[in-house]
Amino acid sequence: MSALLLRDLKLAVRAGGGFGLGLAFFLIVTVLVPFGVGPDSGLLARIAPGILWVGALLACLLSLDRIFQLDWEDGSLELLATAPIPMEGVVLMKALAHWLSSALPLVLAAPVLGVLLNLPTAGYGWLMLSLALGTPALSMIGTFGAALTVGLKRGGLLLSLLVLPLYVPTLIFGTEAARRGAEGLANATPLLMLAGITAGVTALLPFAAAAVIRVNLR
Amino acid sequence: MSIWEYANPRRFMGWSAPLVPLFSALAALLIALGLVWGFFFTPEDYRMGSTVKIIYIHVPSAMMAINIWVMMLVASLIWLVRRHHVSALAAKAAAPIGVVMTLIALITGAIWGQPMWGTWWAWDPRLTSFLILFLFYLGYMALWAAIEDPDTAADLTGMLCLVGSVFAVLSRYAVNFWNQGLHQGATLSLDAEENISDVFWLPLLVCMAGFGVLFAALVLLRTRTEIRLRRLHVLEARDRTGRKGSGEG
Repeated sequence: MSALLLRDLKLAVRAGGGFGLGLAFFLIVTVLVPFGVGPDSGLLARIAPGILWVGALLACLLSLDRIFQLDWEDGSLELLATAPIPMEGVVLMKALAHWLSSALPLVLAAPVLGVLLNLPTAGYGWLMLSLALGTPALSMIGTFGAALTVGLKRGGLLLSLLVLPLYVPTLIFGTEAARRGAEGLANATPLLMLAGITAGVTALLPFAAAAVIRVNLR
Repeated sequence: MSIWEYANPRRFMGWSAPLVPLFSALAALLIALGLVWGFFFTPEDYRMGSTVKIIYIHVPSAMMAINIWVMMLVASLIWLVRRHHVSALAAKAAAPIGVVMTLIALITGAIWGQPMWGTWWAWDPRLTSFLILFLFYLGYMALWAAIEDPDTAADLTGMLCLVGSVFAVLSRYAVNFWNQGLHQGATLSLDAEENISDVFWLPLLVCMAGFGVLFAALVLLRTRTEIRLRRLHVLEARDRTGRKGSGEG
């Protein structure tokens, strides 16, 4: 399993595209927002946690269709299906590789972009914490969506339509935790809910995604 | 004889044929009765005036929008466990009806909300969860439309329906947490102390029954169409292979 993880990470970094692209997209979205809503620093400070969360979510979405697509096209997914590790493990490793290569850079970059949006000082830690807790759920849900659309020719748009509604609870609890933290309010409840979503999704969705992959390979 | 024998496509076509016109007539009767009763023979609410009468469309459609998703969930489960094709086709047939019901509930709600709340739309938990439900229906239908092989499509949409149901419930509670409501609470519960008055409740009940029967009629009709469509594809495929075979011979 660790070999698979290493292979996917190497592919993500070396094949170009996905790795830096997500970060650049995150940066551009963040830069565009002040143009859209005006440069008023008070307003920006208030919406900063939400903007950063939505930006990170969309940047995560960008690289989802690459999770299974290349393996599907060159047939390695079928080899993986006959490999001694169960499909659930493959799916879990794919999600982990996606998180490490696409989501983790976003978590690390978020505070830097927070400066651009005049995020209150108290908010930096909470923003990173909420993103670190929530993005694994985004990767896992996205892996399920990618598994659903792997056999389709142009699945990218459909993938976003399927995955975005599933992202709603994660986004709500994530932004709520970051926003309350930035405003100095108690935010233990949304943080716990966020962690709960991530834990539940990581425990259950690999089974659903593996079942879907098996259907697609049939 | 087990109940599952009714799921055999041939038997399904047999028993559902007389039910479609029966249910359609019953639905038309009930909805006409409920709407006429509700619109013309109930008093106007002392605060909301005549705008209250939109509940005879709004509440039944909202109720059906949720119930249809539950029906799709049950049908998907039956397909995934027992592989009855009629079940998968019924889930497929129900989705467009559900999306229309959701849309009716959203639009009638907006029409009512404009004079009453002073806004067409508010990010209220109930309104928001209905919008999310609408998106779930769209995604579900888009996935059906995108996959060519019918069995693969049935499997994948079934899984999506299962996972989506969990997330729909989760979203319902998440948006509750996210914003306080403008929408009134439940007034139709059997155990609540304060409920809607019987004067409004009885025609509403008739309308709800009418919408339920209407859905039954539509879903049977649409499932029959899907089965015929499937048979047509089989015939076409057989025709094509037959011609090829004779050409070679």
